[in-house]
Amino acid sequence: MDWGLIITNALRAAVGLEAVIFGLAAIGLNVHFGYTGLLNFGQSAFLGVAGYGLAISVAQFQLPTLVGVAIGLLGAVVLALLLGIPTLRLRADYLAIVTIAAAEIVRLLFRSVTLSEYTGGSDGLGRFAEGFYSVNPYGPGRYGIGPVDFNERVFWAITVGWILVALSCLLIWLLMRSPWGRVLKAIREDEDAVRSLGKNVYAYKMQSLVLGGVIGSLGGFIYAWGNAAVQPDFFGTETTFFCYAIVILGGAARVLGPVVGAMIFWALLSFADNALAQAQSAGYISPAILSTFERGAVRIMLVGAGIMALIIFRPQGLFGDRKELQLDAR
Amino acid sequence: METRVRQSVRATLGAAVWACLLALLTALVLPLLASAAQASGEAPPVPGIEQEPTQAEPVPAPSGEPAVGGDEPADAGEAEGPEALQGRLRFENEPVEGAVITVSTPDGDEIEAVETDDEGSWRVPVPGPGDYVVTLDEDSLPEDVSVREGTRADLTVTVNPGQARNVLFPLGEGGRQVSGTLDRFIQLTVEGLQFGLIIALAAVGLSLIFGTTGLVNFSHGELVTLGAITAYYLSAGLGLPFLLAAPIAVVIAGALGGVQDRVLWRPLRKAGTGLIAMMIVTIGLALLVRAFFQYQFGAGSRSFPAYTTQAGIDLGLFSLTPRAMWSMAIATTVLLLVALALLKTRIGKATRAVADNPNLAASSGIDVDRVISVVWVAGAALAGLAGILLGLAQQVNFQLGFQILLLTFAAVTLGGLGTAFGALVGSLVVGVFLQVSTLVIPSELKNAGALAILIVILLVRPQGILGRAERVG
Repeated sequence: MDWGLIITNALRAAVGLEAVIFGLAAIGLNVHFGYTGLLNFGQSAFLGVAGYGLAISVAQFQLPTLVGVAIGLLGAVVLALLLGIPTLRLRADYLAIVTIAAAEIVRLLFRSVTLSEYTGGSDGLGRFAEGFYSVNPYGPGRYGIGPVDFNERVFWAITVGWILVALSCLLIWLLMRSPWGRVLKAIREDEDAVRSLGKNVYAYKMQSLVLGGVIGSLGGFIYAWGNAAVQPDFFGTETTFFCYAIVILGGAARVLGPVVGAMIFWALLSFADNALAQAQSAGYISPAILSTFERGAVRIMLVGAGIMALIIFRPQGLFGDRKELQLDAR
Repeated sequence: METRVRQSVRATLGAAVWACLLALLTALVLPLLASAAQASGEAPPVPGIEQEPTQAEPVPAPSGEPAVGGDEPADAGEAEGPEALQGRLRFENEPVEGAVITVSTPDGDEIEAVETDDEGSWRVPVPGPGDYVVTLDEDSLPEDVSVREGTRADLTVTVNPGQARNVLFPLGEGGRQVSGTLDRFIQLTVEGLQFGLIIALAAVGLSLIFGTTGLVNFSHGELVTLGAITAYYLSAGLGLPFLLAAPIAVVIAGALGGVQDRVLWRPLRKAGTGLIAMMIVTIGLALLVRAFFQYQFGAGSRSFPAYTTQAGIDLGLFSLTPRAMWSMAIATTVLLLVALALLKTRIGKATRAVADNPNLAASSGIDVDRVISVVWVAGAALAGLAGILLGLAQQVNFQLGFQILLLTFAAVTLGGLGTAFGALVGSLVVGVFLQVSTLVIPSELKNAGALAILIVILLVRPQGILGRAERVG
């Protein structure tokens, strides 16, 4: 058992591409769920719309990368509006069902054969990332600290990603200390009280939905650039549930909670994955119990069990405040 | 007198211990059945894909499934480079064997013509990147199968350098003869009713659980899968006749539902856990159980050993296979029994009372906990039955329940969250709409269509068809 390799890979996962992507998605989800109490189960659709908006603009229509980014962001805003208009007047569990349904519709559209002329169908799209990598200031080589290193392309992607994370966190910190943020938190606690004070609850919820959706969509850009491809099946309900696990793990309604949650989440998953793989090849786990193909399933079992344990035993996560928890509401 | 904190801690610790024991029990029992399945000469499960599992297209539907991207090594002695065209022909989840696929250049020079093998797969290495014309010979397809309406049998595709490109021919029913729209409408309506009845079995349980406890149970789909997989292991693994395995599987599913309530949900309710928190617990539970099924059952699809291929019986206006007719008959009978029980028996009336207003019901002397237990057992048993019928209509795989979960939610919401009769009506509407919509939208998008209708209905009438017109905001 090469523990050095396991730890190195875990550290690499903590700062790597997945952590950044899910960190941005989770920051967005934190605005929805942690601060406003909106049960948005369609966060993966925001990532999908942004990623595909960028990919289709650049790959199919040969537009410049920045225009692709603008189209992706616009798509996220439009999706937030489309999601919000029918649902924000409804109860929390209706919102959950509708957002899951909407995300599934988006995924099915991306995956469909009918639209595959534009979306690439189930194969996805590639060949749109060169604009991003052409401005890569890092020359060829490996960059990092000690054994935790990445090649220059991934390093550029995660550099951009972490800068976006930092900017998003700053924005959230400033916003949530402002009167606007206080109204959001009040809506989470008791919507009717806020309405009775004369605030337009619907408008605030919509703004929160748009803001969280746009921040989440940044994760979609990093996913697209980091992998130099977009695949429709990444934007399914599993990604959304991972985001929820991350938000709850780090502590909802905390600025850095989603970021730390994402880092720890992926570090733990990588650790479990690598430890299992090494235990298998070292012969500690017989193939009868666990074959190579089943490791992916074990990983998801761990996430599921982790979510349950977190909610039951420590719903405020690592850094959350129990008093600020919307999860106790009936 | 214990403080509330200590009570909560005890409750949750107890729940955790019971949950672990339950998991251990299932982990010990199912491998025994699995090894029996292996020993009886069953083919080993298809190796799963080693990342987040791709979500397969929900069924039933005539559809062509795209093959997973080819990592197969180039055949020795054939084309020079790695570029190739390949695909897999499937119709209603069965591979189509012996169909002829021809690959030629855009100028019309034929490169190679191949036949699909017994898994429906085909592969033609091509001399290099570029454009190619791929033609499916429709005369080589089985009777009554042709390319789906609106799609072509000859496609021009571009192969990129180093790419083994998948080519998809969506297959549909109806043959080459033009069947009247009214005929197809009736046939699709009947198929929609069949599917709707299966969803109704799952939806009634889901709606009653919501009505009595307020819990939106995202793990309900796993109960459906549980029924199908248990029936599979009982019939294929232990060799029980299917007509015996199916009721036993339903009983097991019901029992596990009751255990779930005792072990997990009742302690959480007693500890005062919020509804949103419990909903997230159901999400975690769904992930856990589904991944466990994937681990145990594998990622492939398997059929029940009985009643596999049957020819449809032509009933004049429409045609149905015998197993479809039995499935509808069983579902209708069971649903009628459930309706009678809800209307006539004491426990049924108590259930409706609790679903309507738990506090009022409790204050009138009804044992709410007992009613909730009954609801969980019955709901889980119905879901298990739905899984078995669904596994008959298509093949059993670990995502069976999850694939219909969203449609079940759509049905329940459409009919009115919390009412059993609403769930029934909503399911039939969803089922019929799902199938009939394929007259105008492509079959692969019919789920998207049904979900879109759900969103539209929520705009217009958020409480659903039979829900009470109370403020849902």
